[in-house]
Amino acid sequence: MALVKHKILVLSGKGGVGKSTFTAHLAYGLAADENRQVGVLDIDICGPSIPKVMGVEGEQVHQSGSGWSPVYVDDNLCVMSVGFLLSSPDEAVIWRGPKKNGMIKQFLRDVDWGEVDYLIVDTPPGTSDEHLSIVQYLSSTHVDGAVVITTPQEVSLMDVRKELNFCKKVGLPVIGVVENMSGFVCPKCKHESQIFPPTTGGAIKMAADMGVPFLGKLPLDPRIGWCCDRGKSFLSEVPDSPAATAYQEIIQKIIDACTGSSPTTSSDRTVDVER
Amino acid sequence: MRHACARGPMEIAKKSDVLIGYAAAVGCPAESCEAGKAGVCQGCPGRELCLQQQGGVDEDQKYINVRMKAIKKKILVLSGKGGVGKSTVAACLGMALAKLNTKVGILDLDICGPSIPKLLAVEGQAVVNSQYGWTPLRSPHSEVKVMSVGCLLGESDSPVVWRGPRKSSLIKQFLKDTFWGRLDYLIFDTPPGTSDEHLTVVKMLLNVKPEGAILVTTPQDVALATIRKEISFCRKMSLNIIGIVGNMASYVCPCCKEESPIFTDDGGVQSLCNEYSIPFLGTVPLDPVTSIKHFLTGSGDVL
Repeated sequence: MALVKHKILVLSGKGGVGKSTFTAHLAYGLAADENRQVGVLDIDICGPSIPKVMGVEGEQVHQSGSGWSPVYVDDNLCVMSVGFLLSSPDEAVIWRGPKKNGMIKQFLRDVDWGEVDYLIVDTPPGTSDEHLSIVQYLSSTHVDGAVVITTPQEVSLMDVRKELNFCKKVGLPVIGVVENMSGFVCPKCKHESQIFPPTTGGAIKMAADMGVPFLGKLPLDPRIGWCCDRGKSFLSEVPDSPAATAYQEIIQKIIDACTGSSPTTSSDRTVDVER
Repeated sequence: MRHACARGPMEIAKKSDVLIGYAAAVGCPAESCEAGKAGVCQGCPGRELCLQQQGGVDEDQKYINVRMKAIKKKILVLSGKGGVGKSTVAACLGMALAKLNTKVGILDLDICGPSIPKLLAVEGQAVVNSQYGWTPLRSPHSEVKVMSVGCLLGESDSPVVWRGPRKSSLIKQFLKDTFWGRLDYLIFDTPPGTSDEHLTVVKMLLNVKPEGAILVTTPQDVALATIRKEISFCRKMSLNIIGIVGNMASYVCPCCKEESPIFTDDGGVQSLCNEYSIPFLGTVPLDPVTSIKHFLTGSGDVL
């Protein structure tokens, strides 16, 4: 981890809010600058979505003297997931906690990431073994913080509040909260409606109540799901979508937060100025 | 330049070798007949569970068998994927069955994110420990009985940050100590994944012949990929699959009533069912009006 400048965890107490989708597109957005090296670590052992979402399903892990080599999506973007270690994509990983912890430790210890500017860690839902382990194993290194994803409805916010309290408990800084699937634009009448009504004020109010930054809202564009199913970057395929614009704004806020908090910020600031 | 090109000779890691190598490297014999018995297992929190997998007898099993024999049908609601609507389907199924004048209970096994208390409007009620065991809460909706870790938490925003063995212990305690009485249906709402909670409940229930599992998914490929793993899990555990529900299949615009897919849908759920010869139970559209009534007030009016 010594060669990894910035580490970001993508968390949510709730499942299905778009953690893996956001992780993938955060990685695509960061890697758009060719001078940045970006890595994605998928520690969802039971349901690893990152290989499919990033279009590298079926790829193989290479082993060398310096360790496991991650799978490259692009020259400056690489991925590691348990999905690459399964003999079949349909194979279920039915592991109890201690074994999952061991796998996560091995990912952190044996994967040769090389010099990476940003390592983004995609996590499963909940507050359990995987989350405790990743925080514990990374505790002696500098972690920039967590980006917490939610959808607007109270059933999600309930679990996300727990996740934010988990972050406080373990001393993990929170970069901010993202509200995903914020609205849906009907393809027929173009009316924007709320698929998951924010009956209790949505993520903005929750973030304010919990004292954490609110990074932004991402509307639901069906083309995002289409791109994820085909392993393509929504930011490249549909750059003029309001969702793509929202993604870029949120990604910039995350970069600003990381470069503002890291002890080694000078090279990142140079890259930003060149952009 | 890709970092991989700068290194020395490489070999493609054989997938099975990597996983076996990993187990050997950390000294964990969980996949072998030495599971739970090897020297390295001493002090491991999963040792007892590994020993049970090797055919050792769990002392709690006989108490669980007694509780479960008073329940006619036991149904698990599963999905490898999170956020597809397992708790919604479990809650709606429970309330629908109860409206048919049957006695229904719902056991919420999602320790980290328990949604059932909110959906069934039992938040704020306290679990009473009687001489017969823990008394489940009664929902105002058709008197459905509910047990969840959410009912045991003092503050609803407190995270439950437990590792696997502790979650498994609580689940066994739910199964052993909850006094359901005689029920026609007991529905198990599960968290996403295929891990401790799922292994524990399936192993405990197999002795008492559950009806099987209802799998819930959304139509996009990313969700279906995880459902395939869940099907593989059920088959490995010899758990019957009652059928698959395709949730959030489409969205009805409140303005023009146009029904449009919010996730890609190439008929994947139906095709998956045909491929695995599993009954297709149907699709459910996403209706935000239902969402408001159902999730805000825990209202059963949705039925």
